[in-house]
Amino acid sequence: MTLTLTNNEAPAKGRSLWDDARDRLLANRAAVASMIVLVLIALLSVFGPILSSHNFDTVYRDYVKVPASLSAYPRADQVEPAFMSAARRARVTVDSYAREGDTVVAEISSSREIDPRSVRYIDRSDLFRNAELTGMSEDKKSATLRADINFMHFYFGTDANGRDMMTRTFIAGRVSLTIGLLATVVAISIGVLYGATSGYLGGRVDQMMMRAVDILYSLPFIFFVIMLVVFFGRNFILMFIAVGAVEWLDMARIVRGQTLSIKRQEYVQAAEAMGVSDRGIVRRHIIPNTLGPVVVYMTLLVPKVILLESFLSFLGLGIQEPMTSWGVLISEGARNLQGAAWMLIFPSIFLTSTLFALNFIGDGLRDALDPKDR
Amino acid sequence: MFKSMRVTALAAALMAATTLTAAAEVVYHRGNTADPETLDQHKTSTTYEAHILRDLYEGLVAYGADGKIIPGVAKEWTVSDDGKTYTFTLREDAKWSNGDPVVAGDFVYSLQRIMTPETGAKYANVLYPILNAEKVNKGEMKPEDLGVTANGDYTLEIKLEAPTPYFIDLLGHQTGLPVHPASVDKFGSDFVKAENIVTNGAFTLAEFVPNAHVKAVKNPYFHDADNVKIDTVYFYPTEDRGAALRRFQAGELDTNNDAPTEQVAFMRENLGDQFRVAPYLGTYYYALNHEDEVLSNPDVRQALSMAIDREFLADEIWGSTMVAGYSFVPPGIGNYGEPAYADYKDMSQIDREEKALELLEKAGYGPDKPFKLTINYNTSENHKNTAVAIADMWKPLGVDVSLINTDTKTHYAMLRDRQDFDVARAGWIGDYSDPQNFLFMVESDNDGFNYARYNNPEYDALMDEAAVTVDLEKRADVLKKAEEIFMRDLPFIPLMYYGSMNLVSDKVGGFEDNLLNIHPSRWISISQ
Amino acid sequence: MHRYVLGRLLGAIPTLFLIVTISFFLIRVAPGGPFDLERPLEAKVMENLNKIYHLDEPLWSQYLLYLKSVARLDFGPSFYFRDFSINELFAKSLPISIQLGLSALCLALVVGGTLGVIAALRQNKTTDYTVMAAATLGVTVPNFVVAPILTLILGVWLGWLPVGGWNGGAFVNVILPVVTLALPQVAVVARLTRGSMIEALRSNHVRTARAYGLTGYMVIVVHALRGAVLPVVSYLGPAAAALLTGSVVIETIFGIPGIGRYFVQGALNRDYTLVMGTVVVVACFVILFNLIVDLLYALLDPRVRYD
Repeated sequence: MTLTLTNNEAPAKGRSLWDDARDRLLANRAAVASMIVLVLIALLSVFGPILSSHNFDTVYRDYVKVPASLSAYPRADQVEPAFMSAARRARVTVDSYAREGDTVVAEISSSREIDPRSVRYIDRSDLFRNAELTGMSEDKKSATLRADINFMHFYFGTDANGRDMMTRTFIAGRVSLTIGLLATVVAISIGVLYGATSGYLGGRVDQMMMRAVDILYSLPFIFFVIMLVVFFGRNFILMFIAVGAVEWLDMARIVRGQTLSIKRQEYVQAAEAMGVSDRGIVRRHIIPNTLGPVVVYMTLLVPKVILLESFLSFLGLGIQEPMTSWGVLISEGARNLQGAAWMLIFPSIFLTSTLFALNFIGDGLRDALDPKDR
Repeated sequence: MFKSMRVTALAAALMAATTLTAAAEVVYHRGNTADPETLDQHKTSTTYEAHILRDLYEGLVAYGADGKIIPGVAKEWTVSDDGKTYTFTLREDAKWSNGDPVVAGDFVYSLQRIMTPETGAKYANVLYPILNAEKVNKGEMKPEDLGVTANGDYTLEIKLEAPTPYFIDLLGHQTGLPVHPASVDKFGSDFVKAENIVTNGAFTLAEFVPNAHVKAVKNPYFHDADNVKIDTVYFYPTEDRGAALRRFQAGELDTNNDAPTEQVAFMRENLGDQFRVAPYLGTYYYALNHEDEVLSNPDVRQALSMAIDREFLADEIWGSTMVAGYSFVPPGIGNYGEPAYADYKDMSQIDREEKALELLEKAGYGPDKPFKLTINYNTSENHKNTAVAIADMWKPLGVDVSLINTDTKTHYAMLRDRQDFDVARAGWIGDYSDPQNFLFMVESDNDGFNYARYNNPEYDALMDEAAVTVDLEKRADVLKKAEEIFMRDLPFIPLMYYGSMNLVSDKVGGFEDNLLNIHPSRWISISQ
Repeated sequence: MHRYVLGRLLGAIPTLFLIVTISFFLIRVAPGGPFDLERPLEAKVMENLNKIYHLDEPLWSQYLLYLKSVARLDFGPSFYFRDFSINELFAKSLPISIQLGLSALCLALVVGGTLGVIAALRQNKTTDYTVMAAATLGVTVPNFVVAPILTLILGVWLGWLPVGGWNGGAFVNVILPVVTLALPQVAVVARLTRGSMIEALRSNHVRTARAYGLTGYMVIVVHALRGAVLPVVSYLGPAAAALLTGSVVIETIFGIPGIGRYFVQGALNRDYTLVMGTVVVVACFVILFNLIVDLLYALLDPRVRYD
């Protein structure tokens, strides 16, 4: 009897460390849930404004600061007063008024001939549409006016200009997510590399590099921003530069601190003994081991960046109306705390959820990449 | 034993009574929006400083609780027939806070000091109507040449360059407040420090801690001290209006001179009479750059102005704390009568928009021939909301609006340096109650204020004529003609008249709403 | 070590010089000057003012004038608060900001550290998640939202605490500002401590300590904490800076006369001397704090050495 060992399987594929890390990450339920939430928010930001029944910049003059509501506007008690004031603007007297289902019928009269353009005043109101004048009397001084009620939903309420908060919150997400993530990535890339190099090289070079950081740190930021605007005008790219220019400094300092202790570790000394180049050591040994505090600080950085953007808008550098961001919406909302709290609540929910999600993902990443966590 | 107990009880009651009355110091916590840049009345420029300075000092004239001019240190005055010489008779019981009497020489010294170039007075130009004042301020004449003389201790004579009907109002401005000559001679510009300062008003300065408070205490030498019911006034810099509202609600502020517009509905519902809105002498407007290609066409300008729904702005955006404005000079101003309203004031909005479209088409523009405009404004919620609303109102006309906001200094530097802009937001609060103070802004030689670069010799001629007309009624007619030209040519599009907002606790008495929004602490009382 | 400290302090001087120089010219680029208002000034009036404050002289001459006065530790007169010199303004406001900042820092370190340690000892259990969630909330809600909400609840509705004012540093006036200021830092310190505590609890020396039979939480915690504290120390520098600048909003909302407000007021008012003064103060703090932090590294981690 011969034993034939058929080797049907392909040669075993090795498992890389990245695969291990990915599996650990996916096993972390909080991190996975957070990733889903983040993707959801991103989708809402991108597609929400397109799918919404309102444009983010449409002004509804009759719906300034209306509260958030699941039921449609106009409410039952708003219809008649709105019709009356529209009629007043049209300079006609309302003799009788009745609401039939979703239509409003009124007998109107005037001391002068009724201008057929009067219907326009009713149409202009955001509460009505398809206004038409029927049954005009012979002397043209009375007629019947009927209009359909225009139902709309403002799930998140409206803002001080009468714009739909839901669509605005969604579109604000585009700006905030982009700035938050991109600027943070830029700040981390520069900061980590700079800090690790400075800490590892040590001595005079370290002093010089950290001194440059100190100098940049102490310069007045507001003037730096104003200078950018003066020389380069207004520009989305500039926002990144301004934000990135400030945020990488802290990161560099923290990473440098970490590096100072890491570089005395045995495995680093071993690598040095083996003749690995400085760049290699920094890249393969130092940086991965600083990831812990880096990830934590990154989750602090993102909210800072998002709020910094709203401060930049204040100076005229950030996004301009009618475009908006969560930071801007939240500062507006904070001012309206006693009176129009929905202007604060909904953007805050979005911002907080995003940041929470990023936190858990960050923690998950850190746990997944931690070599000791087996 | 009972006897001694009774005595002790009586003694205790007496002590309690005396400590109670001794402790009944009346303190007035007054929110004042911003810290004074300076307490030197000759370097002053903002209304917040004015509120404090008017409590510390008294000028030739003062203000009553209703904001009207009343005699101050001068108990009466006469004007010569040609309107160019004013003679003031001073009261003899006016004293400084160190007991010195207030004399005419003090006013001569003060007026000379404000005109001296080295003082660096920001508002010296308010008093330019005084003979030679402008020349002294420009260094062309000596301070002694100023047209102000003291005839003895209690008579003051002021000569003017030309008859100026509003001169008495000018003297009410904070630049007309006197300084104590001996203190200024001794301490120089440090005379404003609490340990050095000597004042002649109802109060005197006890403490100024920047970003914290200005503390003023009752001046016992003030000639009307018996009627001053407040012992101590704290002025707080309450920039954040939302925070000020909360402090007011918590009872930490008795009054505040502003309120958050965003919370108007809330305040009306919950604060009732404590939230006061009154007409204020000022106009909110958009300046138009007449050198811009599109805006140089008067039909375009009128169209833009007609299409704006001012009632919506005033009622919805500003919560009825402003009033729709169809003239540049606000109604209710002194020496005037009805302002020159735009002729479409009573037109219905739809009619206005149709007319506007007509005008635009005549000029060669319209929804099928759109053009672009930028609106510049300085950063603030209300300015932003206003600009957004107006952009929306111009959209159906075929105007593509982009909005630019910058911080306040940059905004006004842009206007002052005559940089390129299309439409810019600005506002003007009157220094004194006279239409000249509004209409002078677009005189062709007024570099500082003529943002529109408006140049109309007919307008200038009318303003010059008004400047030398003594008869008030004739003068009002001339000025009205000028305003009619203004509303036809629209260097500025007036949008709204300002309203003043005040938070006034129910405990406070003597706080009367008035057009100038002046509320001297001298008339205030606080019930405990 | 003394040579090291001396070297650092001496090295601070050229750093400060560079900072002052760059800032001086940077702030002049901004449009608008200190005397521009909504109401523009008469031309002659502006001239007079410029003369008094040397603004009509060429830039390099103003620069030299400024350097000379700074060398005497005189930071000049304020362009905006015209009754005060910068020295006077800072003398009153700096102690207040330091008091506020230090209190917030201590609060953040103590509370954050404790929370982090607790979370680390109960890693991945409910306590861990709750503590971390609460801490995260402190970071994600901006302080200009927290402050109004807290003052509304505790000041207006319940009336327990005053809504504003410094009142000479009375305890009731200090609580809310310090707590609001410290909240984001508590979160960061908690997370940093938790992270490094987890690493430290698994490290060799702690394992050895346990192997030796050392039990009791306190002992483990003390051993592990020493190594875990390093990332927190790294963060101290930026944290102190954040406290100083974060205090702008706090000081405005609560009406506290600290130095934070001058950062923004000075810039927006183009008060050049005030801005330069704040720049110098910030620079000194930054340099000082970094020196302290570096010394702490050496103290805490014997492997760190400065050659």
